[in-house]
Amino acid sequence: MEVRVQNLRKEFDRFPALHDVSLDIRSGELIALLGPSGSGKTTLLRLIAGLESPTEGLIYFGDEDASKKTVQQRNIGFVFQHYALFRHMTVLDNVSFGLNVRDGARRPPKAEIRRRALELLDLVQLSGLEKRYPAQLSGGQRQRVALARAMAVEPNVLLLDEPFGALDAQVRKDLRKWLREIHDRTGHTTVFVTHDQDEAMELADRVVVMSQGAIEQIGTPDEVYDNPNSPFVFGFVGQSNCLDVRVNGGEIWFEDRPLGLKVENEADGDAQLYFRPHDIELRDGCGGCIAGLLTTSRRVAGTRHIEVDIGKGHPPIELELSPSQAGSLDRSRIAFRPKRWKLFRAGR
Amino acid sequence: MALDTSLQPTKVRSAVTEHRFARWTLILASLIFLTLILLLPLAAVFVEAFRKGAGAFLEALQDEETFSAIRLTLIVAGVSVPLNLIFGLAAAWAIAKFEFKGKAFLTTLIDLPFSVSPVISGLVFVLLLGANTHLGHWLSAHDIKILFAVPGLILATMFVTFPFVARELIPLMQEQGTGDEEAALSLGASGWQTFWHVTLPNIKWGLLYGVLLCNARAMGEFGAVSVVSGHIRGQTNTMPLQVEILYNEYNFTGAFAVATLLALLALVTLILKTLLEMRYSEEIAASRRH
Amino acid sequence: MALGLTLTWLTLLILIPLSGLAWRSSELGLAKFLAIAFDPRTLSALRISFGAAFAAACINAAFGVVLAWVLVRYRFPGKRVIDAMVDLPFALPTAVAGIALATLYAPNGWIGQFLTPLGIKIAFTPLGIVIALVFVGLPFVVRTVQPVMEEIDKEVEEAAATLGATRLQTIFRVLLPGLAPPVLTGFALAFARGVGEYGSVIFIAGNLPFRSEIAPLLIVIKLEEYNYAAATAIAAVMLVISFVMLLIINLIQSWRRRRYGYGA
Repeated sequence: MEVRVQNLRKEFDRFPALHDVSLDIRSGELIALLGPSGSGKTTLLRLIAGLESPTEGLIYFGDEDASKKTVQQRNIGFVFQHYALFRHMTVLDNVSFGLNVRDGARRPPKAEIRRRALELLDLVQLSGLEKRYPAQLSGGQRQRVALARAMAVEPNVLLLDEPFGALDAQVRKDLRKWLREIHDRTGHTTVFVTHDQDEAMELADRVVVMSQGAIEQIGTPDEVYDNPNSPFVFGFVGQSNCLDVRVNGGEIWFEDRPLGLKVENEADGDAQLYFRPHDIELRDGCGGCIAGLLTTSRRVAGTRHIEVDIGKGHPPIELELSPSQAGSLDRSRIAFRPKRWKLFRAGR
Repeated sequence: MALDTSLQPTKVRSAVTEHRFARWTLILASLIFLTLILLLPLAAVFVEAFRKGAGAFLEALQDEETFSAIRLTLIVAGVSVPLNLIFGLAAAWAIAKFEFKGKAFLTTLIDLPFSVSPVISGLVFVLLLGANTHLGHWLSAHDIKILFAVPGLILATMFVTFPFVARELIPLMQEQGTGDEEAALSLGASGWQTFWHVTLPNIKWGLLYGVLLCNARAMGEFGAVSVVSGHIRGQTNTMPLQVEILYNEYNFTGAFAVATLLALLALVTLILKTLLEMRYSEEIAASRRH
Repeated sequence: MALGLTLTWLTLLILIPLSGLAWRSSELGLAKFLAIAFDPRTLSALRISFGAAFAAACINAAFGVVLAWVLVRYRFPGKRVIDAMVDLPFALPTAVAGIALATLYAPNGWIGQFLTPLGIKIAFTPLGIVIALVFVGLPFVVRTVQPVMEEIDKEVEEAAATLGATRLQTIFRVLLPGLAPPVLTGFALAFARGVGEYGSVIFIAGNLPFRSEIAPLLIVIKLEEYNYAAATAIAAVMLVISFVMLLIINLIQSWRRRRYGYGA
């Protein structure tokens, strides 16, 4: 089921949580809404679910206008960060709940409901736990029950609100992989909200980067990481360094020197240069590079992280060096130049 | 696929509220229930007291027996409440700040007067101190009158109202823990200083609240006091007992006049209680913050 | 020092009187005790006391939940005042409530006068007792349920809605089961209070033996007859029955806790 959101706006008591958001979600895709707190990602998710009503704008499920439907009518599956399991029901009853509350005609017979619920529990690898109560399960197990419960109603779209936010780091990692597998098996259109860019990049077919109630960029993880279209996206999805530079005759100048980086089709003027810590090459001497003093050096997993002080009150530049690059460091003075970078005009 | 050109969506009711009709029906039902059960009786007290006019009301209050009943109530409360305050404080202090075996037992014991019928509370004192018991003999031999005299009233009232202060303070003091006191002691304060300057200010609102409820019950206690009083007019009748007597004599104006005073006390108690609760929750919030 | 003071105080004030009661009961001897306990008038009084308390506690449980719901979830003018008023039965002396209720429900009373032509008698019947006990027990369920209701996780309600449950289904299948413990607790408290209630009942009840005579009143009557044995026996029976009922309720509560986890 594809989901289309059109010019959506949401205000809470005058506070604008979302401005003019439009998004097309393809049927069967696993899409991430990524952003910091306050970006509006959860609001968007809840609007799609029907847990909030938009101030303006429309929501389509397939060809139908879902905006007029109550949350019960939209047939969605929602998974909450804190599971929201029904404490007084067994795992089986929790999963069967959506089917049990259907009215007369649409409700399957009891045996069928039981079969389906057990099948789902098997899918989420919780067979044998159907008689347990939520209080007797671990966090990871509870979240899997929540997912099974949401899937039991064969939803048009699965909506997950920071589903792994309340879990330990290791459990989170395991469940991420597992969620991707489940998605590939069942093929539900899935939208999940996260502030963790690793999670979004690892899981999603496409990523929607949001900030302050608006969409910054939509794209595959590769697109968003390699070709961010704004400083915000550059900085949020992955590490970044930022330098105030000037464009002059097709060359980028930092302070009083050209950096040896050339741009085309850019007018002269002030701009900001963004580059990732690992997208640099070390240089000897400094004709056309950035130079500074090595202040800290740390080993992090298989790379070396260093901080370079380039003076004049600039914040330290963070660089990631491969082992071979790190090996060639024998001085405290570092000179480097970005290999891949992006230029954004000031005030963008 | 036709595009809806109007961008104004329909308002859909939130997932977690009821239909407006259901809401107002419930509110109305609650209000009717409360009016019938609570407000009408309260109103009846005032209306019946003034049925024969304000003059008759005032006259009833100035009746000699009624007057001494009022005075007796004040005496009984005036003695019971401060004593229960001290001992309730001691109990809460012991339970909250120390570890010892039998704590649960102590707590249950403190709750006991709550769960026992007031008549039974009075009964136990009669059984203990009555004329035909050892203790009773000893007392009358020494010409000490407890039962059917004011001391008996005080004892019975204290029994019944003891839990109020303790129950209020125990969770409060447990929540606050011993940190502040330990800090004070480590700085050289004496036990008494610690208590006065550290513990007491921390619990002052809870204390006031407990005292308020204790007092309301002390002045209004009927069953227990009725059993131990002997109903000696002018001597061992508190206000509630006087209400009973006047009512049974069909002196409705008198009965309701005294009842009005007690009802006013109740209303004042409720108002102060609400005010304290508002302050109190700030207090709890503040004490949690540090 | 505080401990010593407390213990002395509690011993004097509570432990001694109650053990006196137990001791006196045992003095009677089993045969005599049973004779009094099973005396028809006693049984009738116990039945009336426990029966009326049970009925009143049930009514208070039902309306208490509604009241708590309304106070916690809705906004309407005068809500603060209503919330404060719920505590009136705690603050109002029982004798005052007693005469007020008697005046309202007497055959020619404010309300009674409308019911008499319909053949409904409230004062001087067990029905009057129930109404008095409803008054007395009103705050219990409301006040135990309110805090729990305030803590209800909105997400659980939303989850139920996303799964297709109507509002009614959500309330009855998801929310109310979670409220069972505080309702049960409040019920137990209201029940215990109702069983022992004296002042608010004796005016409206009429106190006819075998018809509307409550157990506490019977105790007082026996005391006035200096029949201490009977008074003690009846009191002991009352305490035992109350104790057993409260024990059962407590057991149910701890069973639930073990199964559903704390706070369930």
